Order: sequence, then C-alpha cells, then structure tokens
Amino acid sequence: METPITDYDEEVKNCSCSYCGNNCDDITYLLKNNNIVGVRHACRIGASKIINDQDQRLLNPMVRNEEGLLEETTWDEALDKTAKLLYESTRPVLYGWGETSVEAIKKGIKIAELSGSVIDNQSTICHGSTIQAFQNVGHPVMTLGEVKNRADVIIYVGTNPMDDHPRHLSRYTTFPEGFFRRNGRNDRTVITLDPKFTNTAKVSDEWIQFNMNEDYLLFNALRTILRGETIEENEIAGVPVEQLNKLINIMKNAEYGALFFGLGVSQTLAKQKNVDVLIQLIEDLNRYSKWSMLPMRGFFNVSGFNIALTSETGYPYGVDFSRGYPRFMVGETTTIDLLNRREPDFFMAISADPGVQFPGYSIQHLTQIPTVQIDTHWGPYTELSDIVLPSTRVGVETEGTAYRMDSIPLFMKKVIDKPENCHSDEWILTELYKRVETLKNGDEN
Amino acid sequence: MEYVLKNGIVYDPKNNIDGEQMDIFIKDNKIVDKVSNNAKILDITGKLVMPGGVDLHSHIAGPKLSIGRLYRPEDIRRGIKPATKNDISGFEAGFSLPTCPTIGYRYTKMGYTTVTEAAVPPLEAKHAHEEINSIPNLDIPTLTLFGNNWFMLKYVKENRLDDLTYFISKWLKLAKGYGIKIVNPCGSEAWGWGKNVDGLDDPEPHWGVTGREVITSLTKVNERLGLPHSVHVHTNDLGHPGNYLTTLETFDCVKDIKKNKNVDRNQVMHCTHIQFHAYKGTSWRDVSSGATELINYINKNEHLTCDIGQITFDETTTMTADAPMEYDLFRLTGLKWANKDIEVETSSGLIPSIYSKHAPVSVLQWAVGLEFFMGVKNPWKIVLTTDSPNAGPFIRYPKIISWIMSQEKLQDMLDNEVHNWATKRTDLGTYDREYSWNDIAIITRASPAKILGLNDRGHLGVGAKADISVYDIDVDNFDPTLKSNSETLENKLLNSMYTIKDGEILVKDGNIVKLVKSNHIWCNINGLEKEEEQLINRIKPEFNKYYTIKYENYGVNDHYIKPETRLNINYGGVSNENN
Repeated sequence: METPITDYDEEVKNCSCSYCGNNCDDITYLLKNNNIVGVRHACRIGASKIINDQDQRLLNPMVRNEEGLLEETTWDEALDKTAKLLYESTRPVLYGWGETSVEAIKKGIKIAELSGSVIDNQSTICHGSTIQAFQNVGHPVMTLGEVKNRADVIIYVGTNPMDDHPRHLSRYTTFPEGFFRRNGRNDRTVITLDPKFTNTAKVSDEWIQFNMNEDYLLFNALRTILRGETIEENEIAGVPVEQLNKLINIMKNAEYGALFFGLGVSQTLAKQKNVDVLIQLIEDLNRYSKWSMLPMRGFFNVSGFNIALTSETGYPYGVDFSRGYPRFMVGETTTIDLLNRREPDFFMAISADPGVQFPGYSIQHLTQIPTVQIDTHWGPYTELSDIVLPSTRVGVETEGTAYRMDSIPLFMKKVIDKPENCHSDEWILTELYKRVETLKNGDEN
Repeated sequence: MEYVLKNGIVYDPKNNIDGEQMDIFIKDNKIVDKVSNNAKILDITGKLVMPGGVDLHSHIAGPKLSIGRLYRPEDIRRGIKPATKNDISGFEAGFSLPTCPTIGYRYTKMGYTTVTEAAVPPLEAKHAHEEINSIPNLDIPTLTLFGNNWFMLKYVKENRLDDLTYFISKWLKLAKGYGIKIVNPCGSEAWGWGKNVDGLDDPEPHWGVTGREVITSLTKVNERLGLPHSVHVHTNDLGHPGNYLTTLETFDCVKDIKKNKNVDRNQVMHCTHIQFHAYKGTSWRDVSSGATELINYINKNEHLTCDIGQITFDETTTMTADAPMEYDLFRLTGLKWANKDIEVETSSGLIPSIYSKHAPVSVLQWAVGLEFFMGVKNPWKIVLTTDSPNAGPFIRYPKIISWIMSQEKLQDMLDNEVHNWATKRTDLGTYDREYSWNDIAIITRASPAKILGLNDRGHLGVGAKADISVYDIDVDNFDPTLKSNSETLENKLLNSMYTIKDGEILVKDGNIVKLVKSNHIWCNINGLEKEEEQLINRIKPEFNKYYTIKYENYGVNDHYIKPETRLNINYGGVSNENN
C-alpha cells in the first residue's frame, strides 16, 4: 500500500488530464510550492504524466553546433534560425499537434498557409484510415455520456482501453451508474473482439478471438448474418459461425449498443476497409435497435486537431498549402508518404515525437534535412533535431482548449507556473509567424 | 470615422422609406442625422441601399458543421478559390460546408452583417463559439437547443414551470445563448432508443411527455423571461408527407399564450423552415403541397412568424438535431449517413442531399417554399432562408430573390425547367405576385431583425447600428422583373458594392477590404440569480450522474466570447445592451 500524500499546501479541483483521449476532467492536483506533488482521481498513466514533469525536461532553446552537439542559445537566435530555414524550404512539413491546445494549432495552421507547408498530425499514422472510412460510408457516433446512460451492450474491437485509456470503462462506459443503467456493470453486456487476450477481454463477459488481419472477413460475415443470409463455412476468421450468430443476436436485441474500436482495426491489413464495413454493420443494426460507435483516440487533443483543421481548411489532416490553398489526398499529402518519397526539405514536430512514432525508413530522411522540435521533454526526436524549442504543458502550465475523443470541448486550466525559459506553443508559433511574415514581406517589397 | 453615403436609393421599410433618393450619415458605429465637414463622402448616386442583411436561421458553427466537413471532403473541393493579391481575405473552400473564414467572407460579400447559428447543444457550445472566432465580420447570436433536454423534460413532466424558468435562464448564461431552440421535441430524445415520436401528442417512450407539452411550456417560459426572440421551433414530423396537420396543430397550440408586453416582436413562436413541414399525402408517391392551409392560418393569425427553408436545386448537406429523420433519409437514399447523439441534450444527423430539377419530390419541395413566398400576404411574417445548408447553401439567397422578383423567370422555370409536379401538385402556378425591393428589404432585413428582437439593426433610422449594404444596381434603370436580368441581379447581390458594419467598410466593389472579429450576441437575464443558484445546488448531483463532464467545466467561459454583445434582460423583459 502506498501512503496517501498529505504534504501539500493547495488543492486544485476539476482539472483536465492531458494524457489520453478520455480527457478526464475531474482530476485534483495537489500543489506544494508551485509544484505538483500529487494527483487524485487520475489513472496511473495520467498521474505519472502530470507529476513527473521535470524528468528530461527541455528547459532552454538549443541549436546544433558544428560539432553536431545541441548547444543552448537565446530564443531570438533559435526562432530566427527556424524562421529562416522554414522560409527557405520548398517542401516543409509541420507535424504533430496531438498534445497541444487548439489555440496553438490554429496558429500552426496560419504558419502552414503563410509558408506553403504541409500540416499533418498523428492521425496520419493512427485513425487517419478511420477518417477515410467516415468519408467513404458515414459517421454514426455519440458522446460518451450516451453510453454511460443508455448502453446495455458494449463492444470493444481491436482496442484495449484497460491499458491504454484506463478510466474508459470505469468513468464512461461499463462500470458507472447511468440514468437508464442504475446497476452499472450488472446492467451491461460487454464483449471484446480481439486476436489477443487483453486486460479488456479479461473484464468482458465474452472474449471473441479472431485471426490477426482477418477483420475485414469477420465484419463482413457479421453483416451477412445480420442480413439473414446463411454462411456455409463452419468458421470465419477463426471464429465458429455459431458464436457469430450468437453475437449478432445479442447486438440485434440490444436496447442501446455502443461499439468502440482502435488501431487494432484501423491499422491491420485492410485498413480503412475494415472500418468501412464496421460502420456499415452499425448502420444496418440501426434498423433493429439503436447503435453508435466511436474510435478510441489516443492523445488528449488529437481529435481537436482534426476539428480545428476542418474548421479552418475543410480537411481533417495531411493538408498541403504548397499552392496557397488547402489540398488533401491520402498517399500524396500525408507525412509518411512524403518522407518515403524523400520530398520534405524541412520538418518541424510540435508536441510529437516522430523518433518514436515513425517507421525507420521515414526517419532516415529526417536525418538528412533541417529538423526542428517544439516540445516539453527530451526524446528520440530531440537527438535528430537541429533546433529545439522548449514549450509548456497544456492543462498544467498553460490553459487551452482540447477535444475529447467524442469531440466534447474542454477548457484546460493553467495550474502551476512554467519553467522560466520555456514558452507556450502558442507563443512560440506566434513569434515564428511574425518572423516568417517579415522575411516574406522583405522579399516581396 | 464619419461617412456620408450620398444619393443612394434607400429601402428602409421599418422607417417607411420605400426607394427614396437620400443621404445616410454615419458617425462611428451608428447612423446619425448629421456629420461634420470632415466626413468622407461615398458617392453612390442611384444605387440600391438597404440595411445590413440579417439571417435568423443558418447553420454556421458547431459540432454538426465539424462532422459535415470531416465526412464530405468532396464538398470542400467544390468551393476552392485561391486567395488573390487584391483581396485581403484568404482562400475559400467548401460549397455547402464552407470553412469558417469562408462563411464570413461570403456572407459579408452578400451584404449580410448578422447571422444566427440556429442550433447549439450547450455541451458543445464552447465549440460553436470557438468556430465563431474563426468566422470574420459578422454579429452572431446562437440559439440553444432545449427541446429534448432531460432537465426540461423532467420539469415539464412534473409541471414545474418555475424551475424550468430558472433552468433556461441559467443555461443561456452557461451556453452564452441568445434564445430557445426546439427541434422535433421528444422525437430526438426518442432517437436515443432508435425511435421517433409521431406528431404533437405522441409521448416520448421514457418520459411520457409530448411535443405539445414541451412547446407550450417553453413558450410560456420564454414569455415569462421576456427574451427578445420568441421560441424558435422546428416542429415534429419534418419531411414526412402528411405533416402539415402537425404543423397546423403546432401553430395553434401556443395561440392563447400571452406575449410578454415588454418585448418588441409580435410573435410568440417562430416556425422555422416551414417548407419542410407543409406536405399532404401519406407517402412520397401521393404527396402534395399542404402550403395553402398553412398560408391561410398565417394570414389570419398574428402570434407566429416563419422562415422558408427554400430549396435551391443543389447538391448540399442536410444537418439537423432531428436525428431520426436523417436516419429515415439514409434508408431512403443510401447516401452516407452521419449521426451524433449528445448526452442529456439532443441528437443530430447528417446526410448529403441532391435536389434536382428533374426529381418530382425535389421540385415539389421547391414549389412549396415558393408558395409561402407568394401566399403569405404580410412580408413581416416571413423571412428568406434556405436553412443553410439544408435546403441549399446561403449563397443562393440572391438566386431566390431573382425568382420571386420576376414572374417571367418563375413562369419560365415552371414551363421549361422543372418537373411537372410543381404545377400539378402545388398551387404555385396560381400566383402572380412579384416582390418589390421594399419587400426584399423586409424579408432579408427588417423582418428577421424584428422577429429576433434585435431593434438596433434591420433599419437605417437615427441611432441604429451603421450596418448597411449598397449594391451596384441602378435602381431606376434596372428592371428586376425581366427574366433576362436574373443572372445580373444574382451576381450583383452576391458581390456588394459596399458592406458596412458598425460604421466600417468591410467590402468595397465585391472585395473584402477589412476583417474584423465576429461579435458573440447573447442574453443575460438579471433578477433570478438567487433562484438559479438554488436550482444548481439541487441539480448538481443529477448533473454529475447524467453528464460525463463536471458541472464546473460545463459552461462557456469568457475565453471564447471576445468580443461579445451581452444583452442584459431584466427578468420580465426590459433590456439594455452592454458591450
């Protein structure tokens, strides 16, 4: 047993967690001398992210010197240099944005437009394929409270929230008392479809294991059964057809069903086609009962980026401003494809670590071109970066808007002061915008 | 800054100015009766001058728009226009779902200065206000959705009108809302179980409350509070053949509710996009127009107003908090369906829609809308809208004006362009009305401003906001009744000569010359603070049980509403403005 923290001098309640797409907004921060010494209500990951903020923190702007080492410098020099590199490049990419505020993202979009950059975020490697599917066949979603209040059947497919979104089941879907589900967990049937036996499968009523990369086959079979057609095989994707019949029966007879899916669906073999057919299954089910679905979004504001970018440019990610107006074409204007074609000649990552997230072949190109990092902590991408601009943490040191996985906006608080020489993403990007604008005006006059 | 608009032909129906050549004086942000010698003179001799346009029902910001843009990139591509060097505005993108900046550019170029966002769920009001911050150049009131809210349903069920009054008052503060919006009352909540309600007296499956009870209760509360606008109602049964009876019943159910004597409007209920609620028949096979009956009712009664929701023959996107109806449309058309249900408050749905001149149903809908334009005798009771983007995008307003000003144009469409259902199944062919410029100024300016209760606009009297639009139309030498002029008319109205808002020139010769931040207009009711606080203390436990965010994080904070116009309403209906 850990001993409870008693040595604090201030409590700040109803803070929003800046870890995952749950954006839990009931967090209490415990402060002592303007430091966070404890966190209440948060999950282990969220708490750890909020508390352990000074480990490997980037504290001063740095520029890589001639010996190849990062050397501390002034903000003016680092920003001037970044602006010049960005302005002189012909195919710049501004990537990341999943862990910053919408206010900062909007500044980033302005820079992209001014500099003719591609602006893209983590959905390009995560739920981008889900968004493609929405564009193909539709988008039947709900807010999490609909699930809490109404759902009697909940299905998790290719996702493991017990480990990745730890409070998803306890705060939003499965365990809490809902208006029409007074007995919480006892009023609900939870089913996990996953090739692996996950911790989510463990707390479910049923785990349906299917073969890796056979999602498309599986979901199509479910649609077929729902249509009342008979399947001649004994099993599909490794699942006995009898079990699928049972599953469809449960789904058809649900009063309110909710389906959540993760990268285990959107990033396996058939990618967006998996999601296409899953959406169609949900659409079909609405003939018999009420069903909604939601992708499990990762970072706390990855969904906010999609929303802000569509508001400003019309497209959700991978927007190319090289012609001065927005263009979007998956495979053409998306980051990994650009890097694989060796196109970019400038790369800036904002609150993201491509060093962790990208495939090796793409990272190779990053070592060949000017790279800039705007972030709070040292990570693999710092090792690749030519310029490092230390920023602040949204929801802890800086206020700002984030959108939960179901697009509910939350205004995240500033609770403690930032390290002295760090600046918010919004400030850094505003300064950068001014500098690029000056360079551009200078050239045009 | 001072200006004189010299020698324009002015249409200001509220002040009975019907096409007079006169000067208009502007000082700072107001219209005045004289200016100093330093005033800048804008010579607009003979040109058409009207108050700035007022749209009282459009969808321009909020979650539905976001979902629409996200799932229809094909629509964004249709409206791409790169920025040009001689215009200070940026690129445009989107047709029925323009990007936020594009919405501001296009409305301003049409001479509009006030646009109401007609459906905002309080839970996502931050989002709507955040999008408004990306829309330039407009004044934007937002209507808050209450017609399926659980607290409302509970108070109606238990007949607790006092609590409902405090609730609405507090919730408008939390959502920074301007007025009460009701959409398919009880039906959108029934959609939580995949169901709908059928008509005004069909109870919602759980609460047992009917649309009639919701509408009458909220109307009573609206008048008690003395809100500048009446309840704004999207009635049950939208888009269903036979629904005109439900609409008639809805009109009638508030007939005996007394209007608050302190408010300036005439109506106690505004029925929106009436065209979608005016069909006879039992199916799309035997459907016909029910407009005549509704028009007769509107002509005989003073307690309601309506806007049209005119079909424009475009591929557009429908989006509404009437989610079950959108699923019906999905079943009918098979086009891609989006749905977003919002806990405790509402549901919403979207589906693309193609209104074709050759499709019988589209044409019937088009003709029904025009029947209202032709049949409602008093133009102060109606407003030109397309329920943008539902029946068509707002950039089609000028096209609609070209139809209703020219009998020749309209007859030509009936004879040569559209499917014969327009004449066979509606009474459109029996009218020969032509709108005058004065009528147009009423249905696009004076009437919506009055219906909204925004007395400082929609007219050009001394003391009014200096919101003015000037069009490059030589009134005396241009005949809008000629079919051959309809295209010119449309283009001139799409690209104003001047759009002036708050005394600043925003558009000159069809180009945007200045961008200002849009103004968030909302109603702050004074005098119920104690009751609101007691109510909140009582409902907080329920709130935290129903919602998935904390009450403390629910409201729209000041961060999102700069600049704002806060209309301070004293409980019971006397207001003063506070910027």
